[in-house]
Amino acid sequence: MFPPLPNPTVQSTPPKFGEKDLIRRSASSVTPPAQRQTEVSKLIDVSKCIGCKACQTACLEWNNLHEEIGVNVGLYENPHDLTENSWTLMRYTEYENPASGNLEWLIRKDGCMHCGDPGCLKACPAPGAIVQYSNGIVDFVHENCIGCGYCVKGCPFNIPRISKADHKAYKCSLCSDRVAVGQGPACQKACPTQAIVFGTKQQMKEWADKRIADLKSRGFKNAGLYDPPGVGGTHVMYVLHHADQPQLYSGLAKDPKISPLVEIWKGGTKYAGLALIGLTAAAGFLHHLVSGPNRVSREDESNAKRLAGGRS
Amino acid sequence: MSIRDVAPGDGVHPGDPVVVDRYTTGARINHWITAASLVLLALSGLALFHPSLFWLTGLFGGGANTRIIHPWIGVVLFFGFCGLFLRFWRLNLWEHTDNVWLAKIRDVLSPNHEENLPEVGKYNAGQKLVFWSMSALIIVLITSGIVIWDQYFGPYFSIEQRRIAVLVHAGAAVIAICVWITHVYAAIWVRGTISAMTRGRVTGGWAWRHHRRWLKELVSGKPAR
Repeated sequence: MFPPLPNPTVQSTPPKFGEKDLIRRSASSVTPPAQRQTEVSKLIDVSKCIGCKACQTACLEWNNLHEEIGVNVGLYENPHDLTENSWTLMRYTEYENPASGNLEWLIRKDGCMHCGDPGCLKACPAPGAIVQYSNGIVDFVHENCIGCGYCVKGCPFNIPRISKADHKAYKCSLCSDRVAVGQGPACQKACPTQAIVFGTKQQMKEWADKRIADLKSRGFKNAGLYDPPGVGGTHVMYVLHHADQPQLYSGLAKDPKISPLVEIWKGGTKYAGLALIGLTAAAGFLHHLVSGPNRVSREDESNAKRLAGGRS
Repeated sequence: MSIRDVAPGDGVHPGDPVVVDRYTTGARINHWITAASLVLLALSGLALFHPSLFWLTGLFGGGANTRIIHPWIGVVLFFGFCGLFLRFWRLNLWEHTDNVWLAKIRDVLSPNHEENLPEVGKYNAGQKLVFWSMSALIIVLITSGIVIWDQYFGPYFSIEQRRIAVLVHAGAAVIAICVWITHVYAAIWVRGTISAMTRGRVTGGWAWRHHRRWLKELVSGKPAR
């Protein structure tokens, strides 16, 4: 058993991280702090999950969210997808393992992965609407959000959702408010089987190694850790029994990356576009400087007069 | 070819100087509605295009308001331009003279070499290129714009389609702004042009110098070819 995080004191404590610990801020440049926080991580051990949805409930509870009452269409997923209120969602897959002939119930808790290289933040045009702290948490700052939906295009995991009520983007905050006072996220606190554990990224990797060794000893020879390097590693990691086939788990991306379209749009296009506009304007200015105005001459006017038959 | 170079409302008034009617009041109102929307779209669009221009959202009442207003101005521009298209498309049809004119682009741009150019009708090849490139760009912009208008059309398109659309939209907008700069510069550089869109009139000398075939047809009342 992973040693549970101790309960907090009832005394109010100052937050452990804040504005001064930003390493990235959308549409702005920040000076990274000299002293970095220890990177934190949530580890989701899919092999231990029983699909009880306590994490979903805890998330709604802590973040004071209210999901609409939905419709049962014969699936376990409830709601059917992530929404602006459901920042985390259990996704269920029934997998018939061709090697063992077993029916495996693969349950993955979906939600923001808190990427080391966050696509949402790179796509965001509003200064300070998305921030990344040095402990790895990627957070949305709703008062700065303009609701454009660029984060949706930037995210390689299809996570952010735009609220139909206030037209702002919402996703898992890794309970940054709880982490700031030494607590783990609400979902982790509620998990009855320790399928979700929380600690420093290093601790989580070490814990994952133990879990993977255990899974391997039980015959899951491809068990492994999901910490995709294509997005700079994540601060939500999975232990998967079939780490070689993450797609089995409701389409978890095998090698997620920020879309090259987004990289071009937010990389070269931004500068090339402004340069092209500037060059066009400069060309006009230079042309005028060199060739001077194109004026109608007296001759033109008298030719016109002759043609039109007017007298003067 | 028997295309007449004259649009309804064009007319010539002998005098000193000769005055030529180029644009009707309706065409001018239509033009300025379109022009104003294009400028507002460029400002609000650039605000969301590059972080260092985000301050431009202040002109529209903040980031969220800019995001709300921008697509609606786009709708105004689209219908405004449709009006201009219906008014002007016929006289912008490409003809052989336009190739000759373009081949002599050096004479177009050098001072006082205009005599080497073929006589042109109401629009020269440069103006026609502005017209047709704007027509094409505005179709691309409204189409890609609808794909990324999340509030109303978000659910109808996949995220990948929206990524393509946002890149196409940005690229087309940059080109449209460059075409617009060219259009405005040409109107400033060729003195006597702006009154065509402000008061609807130009002088006979201006028409003689830059659109002689148009002037000749106006005076004679029949095709000048």
